[in-house]
Amino acid sequence: MSDLDTKERIQPATAPGEGIAVQFVGDADFPTQDMSVSIGPAHPATHGVFRIVLELDGERVKQATPVVGYMHRGFEKLAEHRDFRQIMALVNRHDWLSGFSNELGVALAVEQMMEMEVPDRAQWIRMLMAEWNRILNHLMFVGSYALELGAITPMFYAFRERDDIQHLLESATGGRLHFTYNQPGGLKIDLPKGFLKESVQVSQTVRTRLPDYFDLVLGNEIFQGRTKGVGPLPPDVALSVGATGPTLQATGVAEDSRVTEPYLKYGEIDVEVPVGENGDSFDRFYCLLHRIRTSLDIIDQIHDHMPAGPVNTKLPKMVKAPEGATYVRTENPLGQLGYWLESDGGRTPWRLKMRTPSFSNVQTMPYLMEGALLPDAISILGSVFFVVGDIDR
Amino acid sequence: MGLMDQVELPQPVKYVFNWGRKYSLWCFNFGLACCAIEFIAASTSRHDFIRHGVIPFAHGPRQADLLVVSGTLTDKMAPAVKRLYEEMPEPKYVISFGSCSNCGGPYWDSYSVTKGVDQIIPVDVYVPGCPPRPEALLDGIIALQDRIQNESLKDRMADRRKDPITLGADAPLALGSSS
Repeated sequence: MSDLDTKERIQPATAPGEGIAVQFVGDADFPTQDMSVSIGPAHPATHGVFRIVLELDGERVKQATPVVGYMHRGFEKLAEHRDFRQIMALVNRHDWLSGFSNELGVALAVEQMMEMEVPDRAQWIRMLMAEWNRILNHLMFVGSYALELGAITPMFYAFRERDDIQHLLESATGGRLHFTYNQPGGLKIDLPKGFLKESVQVSQTVRTRLPDYFDLVLGNEIFQGRTKGVGPLPPDVALSVGATGPTLQATGVAEDSRVTEPYLKYGEIDVEVPVGENGDSFDRFYCLLHRIRTSLDIIDQIHDHMPAGPVNTKLPKMVKAPEGATYVRTENPLGQLGYWLESDGGRTPWRLKMRTPSFSNVQTMPYLMEGALLPDAISILGSVFFVVGDIDR
Repeated sequence: MGLMDQVELPQPVKYVFNWGRKYSLWCFNFGLACCAIEFIAASTSRHDFIRHGVIPFAHGPRQADLLVVSGTLTDKMAPAVKRLYEEMPEPKYVISFGSCSNCGGPYWDSYSVTKGVDQIIPVDVYVPGCPPRPEALLDGIIALQDRIQNESLKDRMADRRKDPITLGADAPLALGSSS
């Protein structure tokens, strides 16, 4: 069939406003050509150097293949050459948006192996910092996802809050992204004077500004049009590839290791887990945005609980974990982070295996993109929240 | 560049020409890792390098004057950086932002990391830090703009990038890393 025949069957609208009666042509009638498009490794929508190869039939994605490894830095091998205190400065860099949560995982693993008692105050401060870090992470994705869908403003809003929070955390830890605040047995130093007061203030500020995001992004008609019903993910598929965090919660599974397997003092406070219904891009973003609110609720509870006391224990000159292995899982901002730490009794880990959330979440990509339109593929790519360093390690 | 790189411009013309060039640096951010977050922080309202005439909305390397390499460069990624650099039109400038792209940073002993972006492309300004603060990027940009103001395009094309600026090299403690 020639192109002309196809054109003739599309009838023009009779009057403005009256719906155009278009007869959609199927695969058999309208010849399309297969094309292979490589998105990345340097594409703005991949926020980093993630690469995904799309097999297109016309504008429809037939097959999507993620290509990972452009940011592989060999963390697991490097950790074998750093001692137990030094690996803190290494692991907080693999997921660069959640530095504190990463080092927390390793600290917990080392403490578990050495059977250390961590002072109460250190545990509460760790929770406080981890929740602030979670908000930092989520704000970044709120900004960048909107940016990928064509809205620049939310990015500036998100960084307004991020700068406030980073300033707060910097006053205690000295770092803006990579805090290196943990050490086996507690924290490096205590909070500075007036930190909690400022923390309460920042928490109130962020809470009053949070409706901006709900109105500006979530309530936006264009945003809803581009995300609702796009890339639905059933819970069984999400579970089978090991997706966690907002990607899993959007499918309706209320899995959060702060609730299901509490560590630190999460058992003593209320943690709400937001869930979605359809598992589409909109629900994933909805869960992400609501996790900011639940983190703020947790922070407010921590402010009320904060005990006095020491924040670290005396460490031996050489931190040596006894021979053996342990596995610790924590709830990172993007999902579950697991560290398998194996020691032969020396001063460095014998093996540090990472189970990173982004790597598992990205496994949903081939399923989600199959049959989607190319513009929707960008919407899906942004909604499965990942950090490239966390995928490739 | 045509005639510009062969003829020495008269001083007043050169001054105005360089003044125009230094305040319209269309910037292509090659965001690789953590430093890209600090780059974005430098472009948003609090630090705002757009007020210095650096415009981070270049559609691609072909429309850009300034390449900011921010983050860890791996051996697998290196050919892409080289290619994007070659796509940029002359005169082009490169800022290496952060320890990783300066020299490998915390991954100095990694088997898969390129130890410095200067191994594959010439660098004009090195900004140290892991990651550097947004203020450090502003400092690097101003150092680059000073250089652009005082340079002769003819000399630059003849003798390209033999003497990069290293921030804080003469005063090593002046610009510490942020974390």
